[in-house]
This record gives sequence, structure tokens and C-alpha cells, in this order.
Amino acid sequence: MLELRDIYYEVHDDDEARDVNILRGVNLKIEDGEFMVITGPNGGGKSTIAKIIMGIIKPTSGQIFFQGEDITNLDITGRARKGIGFAFQAPVRFKGLKVYDLLKLAAGQEIDVNTACVYLSQVGLCAADYIEREINDSLSGGELKRIEIALLIARKTALSVFDEPEAGIDLWSFKNLVEVFEKQQREVNGSIVIISHQERIMEIADRIAVIADGKVKEVGAKADILPELIPGNQVCDRI
Amino acid sequence: MKNTTVDKILDIVSGIKELPKGAFNIRVNGKSVKRSSSENVEIIPRPAGDGMDIHIAPGTKNEMVHIPVVMDASGMNDLVYNNFYIGEGAEVNIVAGCGIHNDGDHLTQHDGIHTFYVGKGAKVKYTEKHYGEGGGTGSKVLNPVTEVHLEADSVLEIETVQIEGVDKTDRTTRGDVKENAKLLIKEKLLTNGEQEAITRFSVDLDGENSSTTVSSRSVAKGQSKQYFYSVLNGNNKCAGHSECDAIIMDQGFVKAVPDVTANHVEASLIHEAAIGKIAGDQIIKLETLGLTEAEAEERIVAGFLGI
Repeated sequence: MLELRDIYYEVHDDDEARDVNILRGVNLKIEDGEFMVITGPNGGGKSTIAKIIMGIIKPTSGQIFFQGEDITNLDITGRARKGIGFAFQAPVRFKGLKVYDLLKLAAGQEIDVNTACVYLSQVGLCAADYIEREINDSLSGGELKRIEIALLIARKTALSVFDEPEAGIDLWSFKNLVEVFEKQQREVNGSIVIISHQERIMEIADRIAVIADGKVKEVGAKADILPELIPGNQVCDRI
Repeated sequence: MKNTTVDKILDIVSGIKELPKGAFNIRVNGKSVKRSSSENVEIIPRPAGDGMDIHIAPGTKNEMVHIPVVMDASGMNDLVYNNFYIGEGAEVNIVAGCGIHNDGDHLTQHDGIHTFYVGKGAKVKYTEKHYGEGGGTGSKVLNPVTEVHLEADSVLEIETVQIEGVDKTDRTTRGDVKENAKLLIKEKLLTNGEQEAITRFSVDLDGENSSTTVSSRSVAKGQSKQYFYSVLNGNNKCAGHSECDAIIMDQGFVKAVPDVTANHVEASLIHEAAIGKIAGDQIIKLETLGLTEAEAEERIVAGFLGI
């Protein structure tokens, strides 16, 4: 489905007048229909990987394959049209564009109000209150975050990448968020990649990849990786 | 109207495909070609043929008045005076608008001088759309002047839209607002190429608890230039809010000059101006939904202007 092959990403740090390696030879495969959580310490390169998958960042070297095709040089639009979707960690605000407008763009077609309602209700928003709202400063960070997730539900992409979806939605229970991902995987039958620190999200993953210092430190089945990440959990289990 | 160009422009500037219901006056190339009054709205042409007086009876409810202007004769300069007398407690929706089709090489210009006398407790919505088209080298110029006088407890909402084709416009809107009255002015403007647009708003908040919101949302593309001057005078206990929000693209130019004066200790006046290019992350977000960069820009601009 998706393969990152020997991905390097280097940026120049003007303050220190030197090149900094954000990613240093990342190799990662995501299979068809797989649910993978990418985790690891802050600053390790997780979000950079997510942006490289979507084409928002171009790697310094390495290749990206999607459904067998080399998409390394494909731009964001091209990747979106091939079936890659992305939910931002910090969703963008638009003066004038309404929630309904973005849902229609995400769905790629005209959708009726009822369909839009289905997407919004999945993220715990009452459509009647939100569908005509502008995506501007009047929406809270948590509301924006849920709308961002609803957009990816509406897209029904073969590969959905969520960059820290849990951040800022503390008022909405994780249980619902987890249900959204499970439903998404079940109904769209696509692959899901989630950048997350949250144990409850990792618990529903097929596999977990740990990124640290710009490299894949570990990747494996949830049952193998999760106990190492959260030793306290093992204790609880034993108790 | 049996003239395809005129029919098309009428539809664009005032949304009418056939003769509208209610009172109306359709002016084409400097002459009134169709006019109709209604029971509550009387349209009286000025003797010189340079405009009309429109009397709306007190207590009129939910009536529409259409007064579109179309010019397709290159080289014309049309100056019109329209006076609106809106009776106490009337609720009316007035749709104006001017479209110019200029296929010639001469300047075509329409200057509408509109004066509104809004009676006590009346509620009026006034929409004015400006549009230009045509393949000639002659300029299309619109310089409207709108004067509004709001009596106590009245509300006047003015919405002006100029989206394309007008080479030069210098729009002046002046108002005085009495106690508990409210003046809302909303401008939507898009300029392109070498076009130039000047907006001059000036509002005197004279009455106790009078209020105004003056807002402009605009997009300057190409080498076009926009100037936004907004003057609010708080002469009593009042609330005034002036807002200029502009997107600048290509080599566009936008200047916003706020001028707020409080002449009373309980005058509360705010001016906000934000000018900037389309944020890169807005374009990226729409690209992730499958739009190209150009499509994303177009969508953002359309959403911003509400068109």
C-alpha cells in the first residue's frame, strides 16, 4: 500500500548555521487495510513523516511508493487524487468558507445536508449548529479538530493520515474518537496511519512504529511494542 | 427587454430575468425604459429625466423595489439622482445595481447619486451590484454617491458588490444616524488587471445609542489598486465598528486608512484592518482535498467574498 524507502530530510538551522537531519533513513511499510500508529518522543520526526506521506514536505532523498507507484515527485493534489488523505494537527481557519463547503470539497461532490450531518455526528457535532458556520475564529480549537476529522471521514480515502488527532479534543471522549477510526477502517476498508502518543489509540492499532532521532527505532505488532512503551500497563495487567 | 446584452446584465446586477413584481424602474443608456409603481411605492421621475423620487408609504411591509441601470452604448456619461423617502415603520428591500457593456473605445460612466431619508422605525435593505464587461478599450467607470439619513429607531443595511469588469470606481457613502438607529454597510470588492477602486465611508453617530458597522472584504489581484477610507464620528453615546479585511494577490495594492473620532465620553469606536496574502496553509489544506493550487485560490477568494 505505502512504502517509505530510505527517507532522509535535512533542514538548515540558520541560528546555528548548520544542517540538521530531521529524518535519517526511514524505512516503513504500511499494508492494505492496516491500522498503524506512529509514536515516539517529541521532536523525533513523526509529524515530518506524516507530511512527507501527504507531499507537504519533500524529502531530501529517498522514495515513496503508494499502491506500487513511485509518488516521490507527485505534489499534494496528485497524492490527494490518488487516495491519500490528511488531517492536520493544527487545522486551518478560513474566513468565509463554511463547514458545509469543506465537507462538499472533501467528499468530492455535492452532498446533501443529511449526508453532511452523518459525517458531523460521527465526531460528536450537531450538524444543525455547525453546517453553516464559517471555519473562522468563532470556532474553538476542539471544534476545528473534530471538523478536520469529519473531513477525512467524508473523503473515504484508501490511506488516511491523522496527525495527533487527539490533541485538543479533550471535551470529547476518546471512546468516540476510537470508534471513528474503527468505523473508518471497517467501512472504507482503507489503511490508517495515526501519529499519536495516546495509549488508547495505540491499543486499537494493528502495528506500532516508534520513531526516535529521525529513525524507525522499532516497528511491530501492538502486542510486542505496546508493553515496552508503557511498562506500567503490564503491571496493571498483572494485577 | 429583447436585447440579449441588456437582459444578461440586468440578471447579473439585479437578479431579474423578467419584469419584477412590485415597483421598479429600469434605466437603459440614460433613459427609463420601463417603470411601474405599486400601491405603497410610488416612483416619480424627475422632470429633467435625470433620476426619480421614490416614495415608500409608512407601514409598508415586505415590498421589493428594483431600480437597475444598464449601459451598452460606448461613450455615454450618465448622471442620475435618485431620492428615496421611506415612511415610518416601512420594511422594504431595494435592489439597485449598474452594469456597463462597453465594446467601444470611449469611456462609459455612470454616477448614481442616491439619497435615503429613512423614516422613524423603518427597516431597509439596499443592495447595489456593479459589473462591467465588453471587449473595447474604453473604460467602464462607476462613481456612486450614497447619502443616508436615519431617523430614530430605523435600520438601514447597505450591501455593495463589485466583482468584475469595472475599471475605476470612487464610491462615497455618507451617513448620519439618530437615536437607537443602526446603519450597517457591507462592501464586497474584487479588482484585477489595472483596475482602481476607492471606497470612502463616513458616518456620524449623532443619536444616543446609535450604532454602525462598516465592513469591507476585498481582493486585489493583478496590478489593481484599492483605497479604503473610513471615517466614524461618535457624537453621542454610541457604538461604531469599522472593518477592512483584504486579500492581496500578484502585484495588487491595498491601502486602508481608519479615522475614528470620539466626541462623547460614551462613544465606543473600533477600527480593524487586516491586509495580507492567502495563507499558504489554507492552500495546502484544500490541496489535500484534491484541489489544484489555482482551484484552491479561487475557492478561498470566492468564500472570502461570499460569491
